[in-house]
Amino acid sequence: MSKVVDGLYYASTHEWVRVEGDYAFIGISDYAQDSLGEIVFVELPEVDDQLDKGEEFSTIESVKAASDILAPITGTVVLVNDELEDSPELINEDPYENWIVKVEMEDKSELNALLSASEYEDSIE
Amino acid sequence: MKKTVLHKHHLALDAVMTEFAGYDMPLRYTSITEEHDFVRNKAGVFDVSHMGEFYINGKEATKFVDYLFTNDVASMKNKQVLYGMMCYPSGGVVDDLLVYKVNDESYILVVNASNIEKDFAWVVKNNSFDCVVSNESDKVSEIALQGPLAEAILRTHTSYKLEELTFFTFDYMKIDGKEVLVSRTGYTGEDGFEIYGSAEDIEQIFVSLLHDREDIAPCGLGARDTLRFEVALPLYGQELTKEITPLEAGLSFAVKLEAGDFIGKDVLVKQKEEGLRRRIAGLEMLDKGILRNGYKVFSGDQEVGEITTGYKSPSTGKTVALAMIDKPYDKLGTKLQVDIRGKRKEVVVRKKKFYSKHYKKEETK
Repeated sequence: MSKVVDGLYYASTHEWVRVEGDYAFIGISDYAQDSLGEIVFVELPEVDDQLDKGEEFSTIESVKAASDILAPITGTVVLVNDELEDSPELINEDPYENWIVKVEMEDKSELNALLSASEYEDSIE
Repeated sequence: MKKTVLHKHHLALDAVMTEFAGYDMPLRYTSITEEHDFVRNKAGVFDVSHMGEFYINGKEATKFVDYLFTNDVASMKNKQVLYGMMCYPSGGVVDDLLVYKVNDESYILVVNASNIEKDFAWVVKNNSFDCVVSNESDKVSEIALQGPLAEAILRTHTSYKLEELTFFTFDYMKIDGKEVLVSRTGYTGEDGFEIYGSAEDIEQIFVSLLHDREDIAPCGLGARDTLRFEVALPLYGQELTKEITPLEAGLSFAVKLEAGDFIGKDVLVKQKEEGLRRRIAGLEMLDKGILRNGYKVFSGDQEVGEITTGYKSPSTGKTVALAMIDKPYDKLGTKLQVDIRGKRKEVVVRKKKFYSKHYKKEETK
């Protein structure tokens, strides 16, 4: 059974969003990391890169395959989690602690279209 | 989707399943790396019942198999196994396969699951010899037991003197009281066995082998691919295709141009005389990122090849790939670039055996 954390927003494509004021941390769900298997590389965007809702902003490579990670919201990257460059397996170990990027959100109303923890939990059952 | 006899066991073992060659097969039970490490350090067991088996029987069976197969069938001994290819007249590969010689009038061909129908049609089409071909794939089940502890483990399931079963030979024996065919072969670069039998017998042996799980793990297709990749064993559809010849794939050891005639031989002889224009080479990543099948390889602006298989090698931790590279860019130490999602990453040509094989090779008697 995959872990789902309360208080986060979720995309149906298995990314999560943690909101802090006008900023949002973005990562992938426990269900996503479990489906991918062991993560061996994370291709990170750069600070100041623009994220467009629904568009690929990072690629996570498991042993077997490369998977695009889609932006759950629109915004500008203000911070990337550099630790993932040398330790991509951190996402397997704790997918909710190890975020990929922090963005400044462009339009907070986009959050309304995302799933709550319980809605997301139902979707992956 | 088709299911092997072990399908329900894969589900009970909580495997992540994947479609392969029309079968619902286990990709991994735990993690690819964990299963990979079991085979390199202890032992693993794979369901390979999806593989195809053709029986060829009759007075001219030897002549026929020799005509189909790139390797030298005429010089095979009984109960010997030989690796090689069937080629088109163009020299491109129909499939790579194992030939088991029962005797002069009886052979078993073990072919890739994804090619069973194509191969069978090819074999039947070319059979103008006094022998009969039958496709037994649905009746024969197969498991592979691989790893340095494979012999010690199998010994507890048979009274057969396994130490006398040398590399690339086979015999009939009882495993857990079931009469099966066992060969000392595999697709991992480790010592090990491939076991063929009826569905019921193979199911019973699979369960029995996994009874004590300390030194053995069930392994899926994920680990099967990383294991064969590290020792540069080809996978049909990637390193071998209709367009790639065995020589270009670096498999000249399994192509006997001095021996009897076989389909495609003329083209291969000519290719050898004229020299290859490209070949499968090893690449190692100098930048960050993972190399994957289909990525294009460049030298400056010029496209000089394509990745056939790439992984972060579990045994070495290095990001490496097999790639079809045009000459002369295949020389060891050549710096090339690979396009990954629109960005150029630096790679260097290296030896394609990323990990050393550990076969149990003894003097054949």
